[in-house]
Amino acid sequence: MAKTDTFDAVSRIKRSRADKAFDYINYTLLSIFLLIVLYPLYFIVISSFSDPTAVNTGAVSLIPKGFTLEGYRIILNNNDVWRGYGNSLLYTVLNVVISLALMIPGGYALSRKEMAGRNLLMFLVVITMFFSGGMIPTYIIIKKLGMVDTIWALIVPSAVSAYYVIVIRTFFQNTLPEEMFESAKVDGCSTFRFFFQMAVPLSAPIIAVMALFTAVSQWNSFFSALIYLHRSELYPLQLVLRGILISSQMSAHGSDAVVDPESIAEAQRYAELIKYALIMVASIPVLVLYPFLQRYFVKGMMIGSVKG
Amino acid sequence: MNTNTERAMLTESKPVAKPRVVALRLRILRSWQLYVLVLPLLVHVAIFQYAPMYGLQIAFKNFRASAGILGSKWVGLEHFERFFNSYSFWNTLINTLLINLYELIFAFPIAIIFALMLNQVTKLRFKKWVQTITYAPHFISTVVLVGMLFIFLNPRTGMVNNLIDFFGGERINFFGEAAWFKPIYIISEIWQTTGWSAIIYLAALTAVDPQLHEAAIMDGANKFHRVRHIDIPSIMPVIMILLILKMGHFASLGFSKVLLMQNDLNIDASEVIQTYVYKTGLVGAQYSYSAAIGLFDNLINFILLLSANQLAKKFKQQSLF
Repeated sequence: MAKTDTFDAVSRIKRSRADKAFDYINYTLLSIFLLIVLYPLYFIVISSFSDPTAVNTGAVSLIPKGFTLEGYRIILNNNDVWRGYGNSLLYTVLNVVISLALMIPGGYALSRKEMAGRNLLMFLVVITMFFSGGMIPTYIIIKKLGMVDTIWALIVPSAVSAYYVIVIRTFFQNTLPEEMFESAKVDGCSTFRFFFQMAVPLSAPIIAVMALFTAVSQWNSFFSALIYLHRSELYPLQLVLRGILISSQMSAHGSDAVVDPESIAEAQRYAELIKYALIMVASIPVLVLYPFLQRYFVKGMMIGSVKG
Repeated sequence: MNTNTERAMLTESKPVAKPRVVALRLRILRSWQLYVLVLPLLVHVAIFQYAPMYGLQIAFKNFRASAGILGSKWVGLEHFERFFNSYSFWNTLINTLLINLYELIFAFPIAIIFALMLNQVTKLRFKKWVQTITYAPHFISTVVLVGMLFIFLNPRTGMVNNLIDFFGGERINFFGEAAWFKPIYIISEIWQTTGWSAIIYLAALTAVDPQLHEAAIMDGANKFHRVRHIDIPSIMPVIMILLILKMGHFASLGFSKVLLMQNDLNIDASEVIQTYVYKTGLVGAQYSYSAAIGLFDNLINFILLLSANQLAKKFKQQSLF
C-alpha cells in the first residue's frame, strides 16, 4: 500500500514536471508570437507621432521621439483622403444594405423544407464557390450593364457570397424550430408575415454578423475599384491609399489645391510620416470597433463552421 | 355522352397518371411566397455568376465588343495553344503553384499548431489577449499591409534594415530582388492570417470530449501526449475539410496582394496566373486570350479540388462530397 502511494506520488510529480515544461514552453512561444504580431502595429502607432528623421534612422523603437502631429495635420488637409473616406463609407453602407436584402430572405427561403426544388437551387448557388466565369467575362457583363465607372459596379456584384448564403441558411435551420412554423401556420400566418415578424427579429445575431463581415470586406477592398472605376472622384479610400502608400504619389494638399514649392518640400520631408499617419487613419475605424465586435466575428466563423 | 366519358377520363386519369406532378405543383403554389423571397438572390447569381460563365465561351472565340459574345468568331483552342507556347506559361504556372505550396507547407500547419497551443492555455486572461491581438491583422486591408511591408523593408529607412545595419549586416533591397518576393509574401501571410485561421480549429477543439482527457491523465499521459493523441485526431476532420477547400483554390491566390507587391524588379518571381490575366485582359484588352487563361486556371482548381476530395475518401478521411 505504501509502495503504491509512493509510486503514485512519483508519477504525479513526473507528470506535473512534464506538464510544467510543456506549459513553460507553450506560454513562452505564444508570448513571442504575440509580440511578433503586436510590434509592427505598435511601431506604426508610435512612428505616426514621432519626428520622421528619428523614425527613419531607427532611433524610435519603444516610445515616440520628438512628438509631432504634423503627419495627421497634412492628411486631414488632404482632399483626396477625405473624399476617399466619404466614398468608402457610402459604398460600405450601400453594399451592406444590398447584401442583406438579397441574402437574408434568400437564405431563409432556402432553409424551408416545404420549398420544392430548394436543394437544386442551393446547389446552383454553392457551385459558384468552386467555378466562376472569372475576371474577364465578369468585366464584360458588368460593362454591358453600363455599371463601369459608376458606384454600382462596387456595391452590387459583390453583394452575394455563396459561402454566406450557406451560413445564413444553416443559421435558420438550426435556430427556428419546426413547431414554430406549424403553430404559425395553424394561426393562419402567411410566409411573408412569418419571415418579417418572426424570422427577421430572431435572426438579429446573423444579420449583425453578416453586416460586419460585408462591411469589413467592402471597406478593405480595392480591386473592383481598380478595375471598374476610372474617375478619381469616385475612388474609395483603399485606392487613394494605394496611390500614396504604394505608388507614392502624394501632393501635400490634394489635387485641386494650389501647390507651392514650400509645401512640396514639406511633403517630401514628411513623406514617410504621412504614410504612418495614413495607415492609422485608414485602419482606425475597423481596429477601434473590432475588439467590441470580436465575439460577433468569432460567432460568425463558428456558425459557418457548423456545416462548412 | 362523349363529353361525359371525356370528363370521366379526366377525373379518373389525372390523379392516377401523374399524382406527383400535381403534388409538386401544389407544393410550389402553396409556397409561392418563398420563391418570391429567394428570387432576388437567384437573379443576382444568374447575372453576376452564370452570365459570366456563359460568357466564358469567348475563350474559344475572337471577342470583339461590337460583335458581342454570341456574334464573335469561333477560333477553337487557338488562345490556349498560344498561352501554352508562350514564355509566360511555365513562369506563371510555376510561380502560382510554388506560392501556394509554400503557403500549404508553412502557413497552413502554423495556424493548426497555434490553435493547439492556445487551447492548452489555462489562464483565461492571457488567452483572451492573445486572441484579440492575433486576430487583429485580419482586419487590416491588403493595401495597408503591403504599404507596411514597403515601409518596414525600405532599404534606407525601414526598421528591418535598420536592425540589420545595427547588427553589422548589409542592407537588403527586399523588393528589388526576385528571390525575396516569395518569402516576404509567405511571412506576411502568416503574420496576417494565423490568428484568424485558428478560430475554426479552436471551435473544433472545444468539442473534444473532456472525458478523453481525464482518462488519458489517469493513464499517465502528459499534456504533449494528449495534444498528440487526443486533440490532433479530434480535429482531423476539420483539417481535412479545410485542406480540400484550399486545394480548390490552389491555382489562384489572394492575388490583389501579389499585384500590389509586384514591380519590374521582382516580376520573374511574382507574376502569377491571375496577375497575368489582369494585365493581358484588362490592361492590354486581349479579352479572349486572357479569358482562356482564366478558364485554364479555373479548370486546374476544379481538378485539384476533386482529386483532393477523392484522395480524402480513399484514405477514409472526411471528404467534402
